[in-house]
Amino acid sequence: MTGAPLLEARGIKRRFGHVTALDGADFAVHAGEICALIGDNGAGKSTLVKILSGTDKPDNGEILLDGQPVAFAAPTDAQAKGIATVYQDLALAPNLTPAANLFLGRELLFAGWRGALGFVDRRTMRMRAEAQFQRLGVRLRSQHVSVASLSGGQRQSVAIARAALWADKVIFMDEPTAALGVVQTERVLDLIRQVRDQGVAVVLISHNMPQVLKVADRIEVLRLGRRVARFKARDATIESLVAAMTSGLAVEGAS
Amino acid sequence: MNIGWRKIGTASSDVAAEEGAPRDWSRLVGGGWVFLLLIALIAIFTILRPTQFGSSFNLSNIAVNAAILLVLAVGQTFVMIAAGVDLSIGAVLVFSSVVAARVMLMLAGDQGGGAYGTTNASLGVVVIGAVAAILSGALWGALNGFLVAVARIPPLIVTLGTLGMALGGAQILTGGIDVRAVPELLVMGLGGVGLFGLPNLVQIAVLTAILGAIVLHLTRFGVHVYAIGSNSEAARRSGIRIAQRLIVIYAISGGLAGVAAIMSLARYGTTTIAGHAMDNLATISAVILGGTSLFGGTGSIIGTVIGVFIPIVLLNGFVIIGIPPFWQTVAMGAVLIISVFTDQLKRRARERA
Ligand SMILES: Nc1ncnc2c1ncn2[C@@H]1O[C@H](COP(=O)(O)OP(=O)(O)OP(=O)(O)O)[C@@H](O)[C@H]1O
Ligand SMILES: [Mg+2]
Repeated sequence: MTGAPLLEARGIKRRFGHVTALDGADFAVHAGEICALIGDNGAGKSTLVKILSGTDKPDNGEILLDGQPVAFAAPTDAQAKGIATVYQDLALAPNLTPAANLFLGRELLFAGWRGALGFVDRRTMRMRAEAQFQRLGVRLRSQHVSVASLSGGQRQSVAIARAALWADKVIFMDEPTAALGVVQTERVLDLIRQVRDQGVAVVLISHNMPQVLKVADRIEVLRLGRRVARFKARDATIESLVAAMTSGLAVEGAS
Repeated sequence: MNIGWRKIGTASSDVAAEEGAPRDWSRLVGGGWVFLLLIALIAIFTILRPTQFGSSFNLSNIAVNAAILLVLAVGQTFVMIAAGVDLSIGAVLVFSSVVAARVMLMLAGDQGGGAYGTTNASLGVVVIGAVAAILSGALWGALNGFLVAVARIPPLIVTLGTLGMALGGAQILTGGIDVRAVPELLVMGLGGVGLFGLPNLVQIAVLTAILGAIVLHLTRFGVHVYAIGSNSEAARRSGIRIAQRLIVIYAISGGLAGVAAIMSLARYGTTTIAGHAMDNLATISAVILGGTSLFGGTGSIIGTVIGVFIPIVLLNGFVIIGIPPFWQTVAMGAVLIISVFTDQLKRRARERA
C-alpha cells in the first residue's frame, strides 16, 4: 500500500488488573485495503478493535486518523468520524426490515411539519437501502420481510451494508464469517471486497488462515499484546503466519 | 439461488413502505385467524339472534364495554412491543380515578345539588380533574419506566410492585370506600352520546386507538419501540436512548390508564376501587390475541382492537343466546392459549427458514 495510513495506532497499552491485554501495540490500515488482524486467542485483537472503535479506552498510546491525533470518548464519536464496527449478532433488530435496520437510530424524517412531529420517511429509507444493497451486490428476496427470516449470511450482509452506509473511513469486522457455511461465507467475502472497492479501509479479524490469505491485502499479526509481524498477503504463507502468531518471529515484512 | 431484485418504487411496494414492521398482513392482525374468529363470532351471533345481537342498542353496548379496556390495551401494546409488560394499569386506573374524584370534589365543594350522588362541578373543575388523572397515571408509568430502564428491575416485578402501591395508595386516600360524588357534567356529558350519535366513551377510545397507531407505526418513536423490543442491545449500539424511550413508553401506558380512569368515572359515576383487578390480564390477553409477540418486537394497534373485542363479543353473545356466561371465561382461556401457541409455531417456522 502506498501513502500514509488512514488509521494508525501507536504504542497502545491496555491493562485489565494484572492482565496486560495490549503491551504497546502498533497497528495501521490504509484506505481501500482489507487488512487482516490475526493472532492467537488472547493476543489482544478484540481489545485493540474496541479501542480503535471507541468502545474502550487505552491506558497509553496514540491514535491517528488521517495523520491527526484523535480520542474517542464513545462509539458514537468514532461513528461520527466514519468508523464503524460489525458485531457478530448484536447489531440488528430481527423483527425490523432490512431498510429499518440500515437506518436504525438514524431514521430519516420527512421535511417540514411531518418531520417536526417525528414522522419517518420509510419510502426514502427503503429506496436508499435498496440502492445500498444494489451497490454492494447484496441480494435479498424481499425488502419487506423481517431480518429474522433472512439466512445467516444475508443477515451478516445487512450488518455489513449498514456499517458501509455510515462509515466512509474504516470498518472493523470481528470474525464476520465464523458462523457461516461455505456458500454464505463466499458471499460475505465478496461483499467485504465490494466494501473495500468503495474506498473504505476494512479490518478483518479471523482465525481462518486460508480465508485470510484469500481475501486480505495485508496482514498484521498480534502476539501477547504487541504487533510482531506484517505481511503482504501475496508474500505470506500459512506456515509463516502461524510461525509469527506462535513464536513471535518478528518478520517486519516489506509493507 | 439468485433471487430477483425488487424494483425500486413500484406502486405495490409503496403501500407496505408505510408500515412499521415487515409487510405481513397476517402478522399484523394476529395471524389472520383471530380476525376471522371475530368476524365468525359476529356472524354466528347475528344469524342466531339477528334482532337482539344486531340491534344498534346492543352493538353500542358492546362498543361501550370495549372502550375503557381498549384505551388500556393501547398502552399495553406499546409496553409489550417493547418487550415489557404492565401489570399495574388497573391499579393505576383506580388510583387516578380516586385522585381525580377527590380533586373535583374538593374544587366543587361538597354542596351537592346535582342529582343523587353527583355534584354541580363546572366544566373547569372537570377538566382539572381529567388533567389530574392523566398526570397521576403518567407519573406512575414514568416510575415504572424508570425502575425498568435505569434500575434494571424486570418489568413483571416492577409493575407488580407498583400495582400494590397504587391500589394500596387509593385505599389509603379513601379509607377503602369509593368516592361516589362525581360531577354530573362528567357523567351526563362524557358518559353520554355525542357526534354521530356515538357514545362519547367510544369516541375517546377510537381517537386513542388512532393516535396510538399513528405514533406507533409512523413516527421515529414508534420505530424505536419496535427496535427496543426486538433487540435492545442493537438499539443501544445504534445510539437510541433506551432509558428515555422506556420511561416514555411506560408513561404512555400509565397516562392512558389515567384517561381510562376519567372514562370509568363518567361511566359508573363513582370510583371503582375493587373493579379493576383483572384489567391487566384482560389487556395482556387482548394484546397477545391481536398478534403482539410475548417476546416483543412485533404487534399492531389494529390487532389489539380485534383482541379487545373478541372476549366482549363472546360474552355478549353467550348472554343473548343463553349460554351461561361462565363459559366465556373458559373459551377465552382456550383462545389465549391457542393464540400464543400459533405465535410460537410461527416463530419457530421463521427461525428455521
Ligand atoms: N474486559 C476485560 N477484563 C479483563 N480482561 C480482559 C478484558 N478484555 C480482555 N481481557 C483479556 O485481555 C487479553 C486479550 O483479550 P482479547 O479479547 O483482546 O483477545 P483476542 O485476541 O480477541 O482473542 P480471541 O481470538 O480469543 O478472540 C485476554 O487475556 C483477555 O482475557
Ligand atoms: Mg476476540
